[in-house]
Formats: sequence, C-alpha cells, structure tokens
Amino acid sequence: MRGRARFALSMLAFGYAFLYLPIALVIVYSFNESRLVTVWSGFSLKWWRALFANEAMLEAAWLSLRIALVSATGAALIGLAAGYALVRAPRFPGRTLFGSLVIAPMVMPEVVMGISMLLLFVGSEQLFGGPDRGFLTIAIAHTTFSIAFVAIVVQARLTDFDRALEEAAMDLGATPWVTFRTITLPLIAPAVGSGWLLAFTLSLDDLILTQFVAGAQSQTLPMRVYSSVRLGVDPQINVLATIVVTIAACALILSGWLTRRKV
Amino acid sequence: MRFVIGLPFLWLGVFFLLPCLLVLAIALGTNAPDSVPPVELGFSFKSFALLFSDDLYLAAWLSSIRIAATSTLVALLLGYPMAYAIARTAPNRRPLLLMLVVLPFWTSFLIRIYAWMGLLADNGLIEQFLRWTGLASNPGTILGTEWAVHLGIVYAYLPFMVLPLYATLEKLDDSLLEAAADLGARPLAAFLTVTLPLSLPGIVAGCLLVFIPAVGEFVIPDLLGGTGTLMIGKVLWDEFFTNGDWPLASAVAVCLLVLLVGPIAIFQRNQARSLERRA
Amino acid sequence: MTTGPIVRIEGLTKRFGPIVAVDRVDLEIARGELFALLGGSGCGKTTLLRMLAGFETPDEGRLFIDGQDMTNVPPYRRPVNMMFQSYALFPHMDVAANVGYGLRRDGVKAPEIADRVAEILELVRLQDHAKRKPSQLSGGQRQRVALARALVKRPKILLLDEPLAALDRKLREATRFEMVRLQEQLGLTFVMVTHDQEEAMSMATRLAVMNAGRIAQIGTPHEVYERPASRFVADFIGIANILDLPGGGWLALRPEKITLAARRPDLPLAVSGKIVDVAYEGDRSLYHVATNTHGTMIVSTANTSRAAGEGFARGQPVWLGWSEGAGQRLEA
Repeated sequence: MRGRARFALSMLAFGYAFLYLPIALVIVYSFNESRLVTVWSGFSLKWWRALFANEAMLEAAWLSLRIALVSATGAALIGLAAGYALVRAPRFPGRTLFGSLVIAPMVMPEVVMGISMLLLFVGSEQLFGGPDRGFLTIAIAHTTFSIAFVAIVVQARLTDFDRALEEAAMDLGATPWVTFRTITLPLIAPAVGSGWLLAFTLSLDDLILTQFVAGAQSQTLPMRVYSSVRLGVDPQINVLATIVVTIAACALILSGWLTRRKV
Repeated sequence: MRFVIGLPFLWLGVFFLLPCLLVLAIALGTNAPDSVPPVELGFSFKSFALLFSDDLYLAAWLSSIRIAATSTLVALLLGYPMAYAIARTAPNRRPLLLMLVVLPFWTSFLIRIYAWMGLLADNGLIEQFLRWTGLASNPGTILGTEWAVHLGIVYAYLPFMVLPLYATLEKLDDSLLEAAADLGARPLAAFLTVTLPLSLPGIVAGCLLVFIPAVGEFVIPDLLGGTGTLMIGKVLWDEFFTNGDWPLASAVAVCLLVLLVGPIAIFQRNQARSLERRA
Repeated sequence: MTTGPIVRIEGLTKRFGPIVAVDRVDLEIARGELFALLGGSGCGKTTLLRMLAGFETPDEGRLFIDGQDMTNVPPYRRPVNMMFQSYALFPHMDVAANVGYGLRRDGVKAPEIADRVAEILELVRLQDHAKRKPSQLSGGQRQRVALARALVKRPKILLLDEPLAALDRKLREATRFEMVRLQEQLGLTFVMVTHDQEEAMSMATRLAVMNAGRIAQIGTPHEVYERPASRFVADFIGIANILDLPGGGWLALRPEKITLAARRPDLPLAVSGKIVDVAYEGDRSLYHVATNTHGTMIVSTANTSRAAGEGFARGQPVWLGWSEGAGQRLEA
C-alpha cells in the first residue's frame, strides 16, 4: 500500500514538473536580454517594451478579445438552451440528431470543421454576396464550436438538479417562466458562467478554425503568434505567454470560486 | 420549449450540419484552379481515388494513427498515476491539485507548444541536459523529429486524460478496496480486480479525448515535427492552403471523419451512460 | 361554496406507459379532515397526491376542489399547497425568502409579506432563524420551514408527501402530535401520503388504504383495523391470522384478540398447539404457535409486569381461545 502510494505521488510530482517547467522557462526567458532562448544573458524588460509597442500584435489582441466576448455570449445562450432541451425534453422529433449535433463539434477535428465552415461561407458569398469574411464569420465559427462545451456543463448540472424545487415553486404559484427565472436559472448560473469562461478561452485561443474562416483582412492574436512562431523563437511571444498564463490563472481561480459557490 | 429546442437546432443545422454536407459535396467535385472558388461541382470520385492510390497519403494516415495511439498510451501511463494520487489525497487538497492540472489547458495551446520549441531547439535546454547527465553524448536536435511530436501531444492533451480518470477514481468507494483486502486480495490484486475495472469508463473517455484530436492534429506536427513527420491534419492543411486543391482537402476531411466515427460514437455512448448513471 | 366535500374525485385514472398507476379512483374528502393515503411503494398514492397538486394530468376522470373542476388546471393556479418529501427548500434563498416565495408570486405587498412570514415562522417556532440558509438548519427545522412555506398562503388543502419520512424516530413521534395540533388549530384540510401505517393510524381522522392503483378501503383508523374489508387490508394493516372458514371465506383474527393459556380456556372457540417461536418486543411478546387445525398462528400478550420468565417457553404445549365476534369475516 505504502509503496504504491509513494509511486503515485512521485508520478504526480513528475507530471506537474512536466506540465509546468516549460511554462516556467517561457516566463523566465521573457525577461532575458538575449534574443536566443538557449542562452541567459541578463535581466531585461526590452521584450516587454517591444511587445507593447507592437501595433499589429495589439490590434490582433483587441480583435481576438472582441470576438471572444461575442462568441462566448452567443455560445452561452445557445448552449444553455441546448443543455436544457437535452435534459428536459426527453422526446421530440429529431431528438437523436439533436443530441449528436450538440456534442459533435466538440469531438470534430478542427481542420475538418474549419474547411467545412469556410465552404459554407464561400457558398453563401456566391449565393447571397455575404457575409464578408472577418469578424462576423470568425465569431459565428467560434460560437458554433463552443456551444457543445456550455451545453455539457449545463446538462451535467441539470441532471443533478432536484425537480422538486421547480415543482415547489409552481405549487406556490410561480408560472413555468417565473419558475425558470427565480429557481432554475439562479441555481444553474454557476454552470453557465463557467461554460461562458470556457467558451471565451477557447475562442481567444483558437487558431485552426480561425485561419480557415478569417478573410485576408482580419488577423487574430493566435494567427499573429503562429506566423511569428513559424519563423522561430521570438522573445516577444514569451512576454505574451507570461501575460496569458497570468490571466488564465486568474480566470481559473474566478471560475473555481464560482463553482464552489454552488449550494 | 419550442424556442429552446429550435434555436440550437437551427444554429447547429445551418452552421454545422450543412457545412459537413458541403464538404462531402465539394469532395465529389473536381479541382478547377482557374475559377473562384477553385471547384467544379460534380459527381466524381477522382479525389478519393487519388487519396487511396498515392502512397504518400496512405503513409500519412498510418503515421497519424500510430503517433496518436502511442501518445495516447503514454498519456494514459502518466495520467493514471496522477489521477490516482489526486483521488487519494485529502478531499480539501484535491481542488487545488486538480486546478494545477487544468491550468495549462486554460493557457494558449499555441504558446504551450511554443514553449517546447525553445526547449527542444538546437543546443536547447533538453539537449544540454542530456549531454550534462551523460544520458546521450550527442543527442542531436530533437525538434523536427517524431519524438518531439509525441512529446507535444502528450504535453498538450494530458489534462484531458487526467480529468475523466480522476472523475471515476474519485467516486471509487474505499470500502470496496477494504472488502477486497478482507477477502484476501493483496494490494496489487485488489488494484487489478477492483480499481482498474471500475475506472474503465474513465480510461475509455480519457483515451478517446486524447486520441480523437491527436489524429487530426495540425499545430503540433507543424511546429515540432519536421518535413519527415507526416500527419493527416497537416496534409489537409497543405492541400488546402498551399496547393489550393479544395476537393482533395475535402476528401481528406471526409476520410478523417469516417475514420473517427467509431471512436466518436463510443465516446458519446460512454458520455450518455455516465450522465444516465448520475440521474 | 362552503358546503360539500373539499375534494371530490371521480373515476381518476393515470397511466405511465403500460403501467396503470391510479385506476378509476373515486374519493371524497370532507372539510377539516386529516386524510391519509396509505399503501406500499408503487400503490399509486403519490401519483394521486401529485394529481391533486397538479403535477400530473389525469388520463381519465375528474377532480374537483371546493366544488370547482381542477382536472386540467396547472399547479400554480390551484388553491392547494404541498409539503415535499425532500422539503424542496430553495437552497439559494434564506428561510424568510423561502416562506415568502408564494406570497411574492401572488403580488402581495412587501410589508404584508413580512408580517405574514413572521407570523407563520412564530407558529412553527423558527422566528429566530429567518435569515438562515436551508443548509444551516437541522432536519427538523427544515421540515418546519417546508411546512410554514406551504401554510403561509392559507391553501384550501395542504398536501403532505411523506411528511415525517426524513426525520429520525424520536423526532418523528413528537412531530406527529405537533402536526395534528397545528391542523386542528388552523382548521385546515390535510391530505397526507405515507407508507407508515403507524403514522397514518395515529394521525388521520380517515384513511384510504391503496393497492395496485385502487382504493382497497376507506374508513377511520379504527374501522380499517378492526373491520378490514378484504384479505389485503387485513394483512397490510397490523398482523392478522387469516383462518379458513368452513363453507368458504376467511376469518381475520388480530393476535391481541386471542387468549393464550396453558389449559383449555373457557371460550367458545379454542385450539391446542405448541409454541415454536417467541419474539420479546418489550411492551408485548409475540408467540408463534403451531396448531393442529389452523397452521401457525400469531398471538400477542401485553407485558404488564416486570417479572422475568413469566411468559411461555419454546416447545411448550398451549391452548389458544377467542370469542365469537373477535375476528372479522372476509368474503372470498
């Protein structure tokens, strides 16, 4: 028993080291003086200054943020509806298809989803003359692929939900809509909230889908990072990584706090 | 309720189902480099025929599956003890340990892969480390090899392995192990006959969550692999963006879907069953 | 509308797929009754209660509350309130908000809500807990919040789904009396579902024993115990010796109506036998007696004295006797 526990614990330590050492090194080297990530040549903030003077990068970050806000909100709304329908409507025409449609985008290879959505937008351009590829098409693509993640969290929360609470509300005079507003929604709000955060992060991070559906004009942050990284290591990306890791840690603490508030 | 069902149904129908059918339609068309878009609709299996006749594509398929499978296995071997250790610690420490597993997933995928580029580069820290420990006197560049691709996949998808494993191991009732011990099972036997079978749903879910995206992976082989690393996601990308052959890229997409239909169906059934069990 | 029964049910039927949960039930409940629906699991008692509350729509039949047809009225427009088995307290609201929820739905003004909530919380002795969340209350306190929440709207009927099932035994017995007191004090009609016959017998003014979706017998606790209408009721309520009668039919004989003696008792009906089992239960002892003519019969004696070894021993030959009219004749 002891030996097994020690083995599992040392694997855990190794796993954490494996997960965090590369990130830690990226952060450390964001303060490196040298351009090379293989050599430490002294502390410097010059790459931080360079990143914040990098107009193209900042513009891309701003675009990514706006897309993430719009698509996470859209995905939260549609995912909430989808998760609710999956649990509360056990039978309706096309239920099986509906269930597969909700989950499939989560497991669909991104390259496949990317090419298929681009073909849709190209088709609609041919037929209706729009929409122009850019902000709108990226937001639509991100929404579509994030719906599944929100729906799954909402579905899980609703499966654990005590139906008697809703019956009690109706028994006390609340109409179905009032019941949803005063009982169901407040109780599943943490799930919707963490679903929104997940969708927001996924959108902010997506490269492949975006690369397909973005037009020639729009460049999101991951697209910029990708084109820069392809050419090799760039200390400005280290700076960006440091910022992203910090934000992610804060977001995760926030979402953990939201879920722990569940009653 | 009609609106609640209708909104996601309509959205996913238009933006997910319809595009999937379009891919099939385009895959049956022919390449027309001079028109915009570069496709001539039709009913031709030319692209599929090309996929199956050219050794390059076949090799890409096989190596995608091989790389995804070995990486999944390595992730399982590393992730299982991690999930087990977390599930065995005091309940009040578990959220923090879990958060540490999930945190990298919330940072940028691209940036995590980038982190390895520096480590694996020529004269990078890994190479220096190997030389310093004497494990390998002249390891050569790791970046650009299949080793690096495996490493990247395990690194990127490890949280997906640990989370479902933890979910099943955490629910495991301690008294079951005590009962096994009481009935004469040594720790290893108890693990093999009780813990392992009961965590099977988690193993299946974890493996599929790693394997499915790994097969179609593009970023990792592109950034960490070299010209010799053939993976199907990269082939699709190159056909589409570099060669502009939309029908061929669509045919690759269709084949990729067909290949993954089995694992995806297993995953969905697994998922549905575990939700039912909770209800 | 103040005369006539508060509840009238005519031919009510509810099916779940192939299963008939409630089967052509007719029932009338009078004003001010504490009426119990008693039966084993799956007998249809909960489905019947849920149809009264409006959570299930009947497939056939009609349901009137205070003379008004409520068959297809949704739960939020019925003048009844329910106390749930799980209590179903809203976890995100404190006690006062839980209790005031129904009044807010009716658009009652805030000051009046505050008054009525305070009043009802005092009635259930929870006035000091108004700001607590349900998770900070004990089981008994939660039960009282659920009761207060259902009572505050002054419903025409209070429905109770296994109201005491979640409490431990000691508390359950004390709460029984408290609920009867409350019901008499408020003069309300209570309709209660329970699987616990002791609970139904001790609390209800009348009760309906249900079996397989139908009502097996309706009556006062005394009637149901002493004059069971069928073999099922005789068997289900308490312990009964079912004896075959010459010429068909049975006699249901309660264990405490039988005299146990070493010699033949001076009673019109007597059989001899041998004790095969003794169960000492504190206040009484149950003897299993193998008789020559009626198989194994169960007899109980009250343990009125503390002296040990007073009873009969296993293996001892004994006589059982009972008078005419001690049992209930049951038709085949």
